[in-house]
Amino acid sequence: MAEFWRWKEYNWKDPDKDWKTAKMITAGIDVGSVSSQAVIATDGELYAYSSMRTGSNSPDSARKALEWALQDTGMKQENIQYVVGTGYGRVNVPFANKAITEIACHARGANFMAGNSVRTILDMGGQDCKAIHCDEKGKVTNFLMNDKCAAGTGRGMEVIADLLAVPIEQVGELSFNVPEEPEPVSSTCVVFAKSEAMGLLKDGWTKSKVLAAYCLAMAKRVSELLERIGVEKEFFITGGIAKNAGVVKRLEQVIGISAVQSKYDSQLAGALGAALFGQALLQKEKAAGKVA
Amino acid sequence: MLANYGYKDGSGEYFVTIDTDKCTSCPHHGCIDGCPEHIYEMITDDYDDNVSAVRRDVRNTLKYLCAACKPTTGRGVLPCMAACTPGAITHSW
Amino acid sequence: MITAGIDVGAKTIKVVLLDGGKILAKTSVLAGFETEQSVEEAYKEALAKAGIERSAVGKVGATGAGRKAVAFAQTVVTEVSADAQGAVFLHPSARTVIDVGAEEGRGIKTNADGKVVDFAVNEKCAAGAGAFTESMARALEVTLAQFGDISLKSNKSIPMNAQCTVFAESEVVSLIHSNTSKEDIARAVHDAIASRISAMVRRVGLEQDVILVGGVAYNIGFLDSIKRTLGIENVVVPQDPEYVGALGAAVVAGAAGN
Ligand code: SF4
Ligand code: SF4
Repeated sequence: MAEFWRWKEYNWKDPDKDWKTAKMITAGIDVGSVSSQAVIATDGELYAYSSMRTGSNSPDSARKALEWALQDTGMKQENIQYVVGTGYGRVNVPFANKAITEIACHARGANFMAGNSVRTILDMGGQDCKAIHCDEKGKVTNFLMNDKCAAGTGRGMEVIADLLAVPIEQVGELSFNVPEEPEPVSSTCVVFAKSEAMGLLKDGWTKSKVLAAYCLAMAKRVSELLERIGVEKEFFITGGIAKNAGVVKRLEQVIGISAVQSKYDSQLAGALGAALFGQALLQKEKAAGKVA
Repeated sequence: MLANYGYKDGSGEYFVTIDTDKCTSCPHHGCIDGCPEHIYEMITDDYDDNVSAVRRDVRNTLKYLCAACKPTTGRGVLPCMAACTPGAITHSW
Repeated sequence: MITAGIDVGAKTIKVVLLDGGKILAKTSVLAGFETEQSVEEAYKEALAKAGIERSAVGKVGATGAGRKAVAFAQTVVTEVSADAQGAVFLHPSARTVIDVGAEEGRGIKTNADGKVVDFAVNEKCAAGAGAFTESMARALEVTLAQFGDISLKSNKSIPMNAQCTVFAESEVVSLIHSNTSKEDIARAVHDAIASRISAMVRRVGLEQDVILVGGVAYNIGFLDSIKRTLGIENVVVPQDPEYVGALGAAVVAGAAGN
């Protein structure tokens, strides 16, 4: 299968932290349909992480992501006291102590990454779109997930980018290359939007103008999904689309709220949330005297 | 928690919303047997609550599964909503 | 009296000329940039085919999404009404009309006079229309005609998980990679779309005879699947099923003309 969102693979560790002094070490692994992330948290703080492509085999991808996060840390997998798996392949993380949905993990992760005043989270991935409302603790109060329809997902954007022969990572920038905003593409359905886009090109529209019209259509569609759960400040965006300014800027205009920025890579929300869940679960087990 | 299961596609919005706070104190979980298509199941959610959820394998076909309960004319009370005494279930269409 | 029915669709414009109970001519042209111009072109072609003058036509009826583009029509009807009228005209015992075109699917319940009793429409999602089968045939690299044929050769029913045309294309590709036969994939595709269409038909209530119209009616793979999903033996496919809307518009125009 083609890759819909092409991101760089990377890993990172906090050079100022010494894991050996930590009381609790937990990990969160987010195995998504396109990319996988592993986060290692020490005492509820971010310590190291990795992000890489998901292979055809979920357990393998989970293992590799974790190994890569552990690289250069001197830490071994057995030093990790609790592992939580999340994401689409969460049930396929063989060494996880527990699997938690990506909805709950994203909310938890966003709460950490962008602060506890975050109430609305949008996660737009390669093949789905999630809208989450949460409280000040990062607990989900309302959510929806749409993975039936390609419209409003990275996949829909890719169909249009492919039609225009524009690399997906250039979509955002190119879409601003218009003298004024055009009307949005009127068809929601990706199949019909594609025909519509072909017609617009025939009418003499530039690629940029078509992209602008599609990004706006996508922003409108996503805003409709957000309305179902209610948009409230602060607003945070995670997932692949957070990197597509063409959609993000227009979405901010449509809903009239700017997304809060985080110093962390938005792709980590799921895995980070999972690691934090791990921390809380470990604490509980310790309190119950189940583990030392 | 309001859990919205279903989807929105080009043709419309098809969400079943379950107010799971009502499930935790519900004595008999009528939805499970109340729906002729058996779309509901009891799960332990991420916060360890025992709540009703729409089965994963039917979430993307709700428009079709619920069609029989929703004739274009003369639609009555939906069996699932009637069976859910705490009133936790709503449909968007 | 001679009447004309013009069906202005998104892709094609169809014209039927009707003289009482007899069809004089049928034409279809691709919709161009200027809809009005294409309508004119299609209409002229039909008149030429029938060998009659414009003045010989007593009444003109228009239908289809672009029906407002027929400025000279005296009656304008919705696609649903036109379908019902056309279907009952061709097959008087038809009570359920299933119309599956490239971009839309419709289930209509009609009475003996061709009046609409109830209807349900599947629109704006390609997964519930002919565009779905077209995409899947393309992914399988077979023509639409072959696609229907090979579907009949399969006797295995495998489920398709994706409910979206775009995601289903990937699913078809991975089925090919896992060495599933083209025949079985074709049947899975037809079963998938047929189950969506039958759900819609059930919403209006199934009553026989069932008549299948619209471009997808030519697809024998779909016909086989819809019979199976509806659980009935007999689904009537009239000759030239894609002209039923235009025909219905001509029938309505005639009835309106005292
Ligand atoms: S509207 Fe189009 S993109 Fe969405 S599910 Fe239907 S076919 Fe797929
Ligand atoms: S409407 Fe009918 S089929 Fe749908 S959930 Fe309710 S009881 Fe089940």
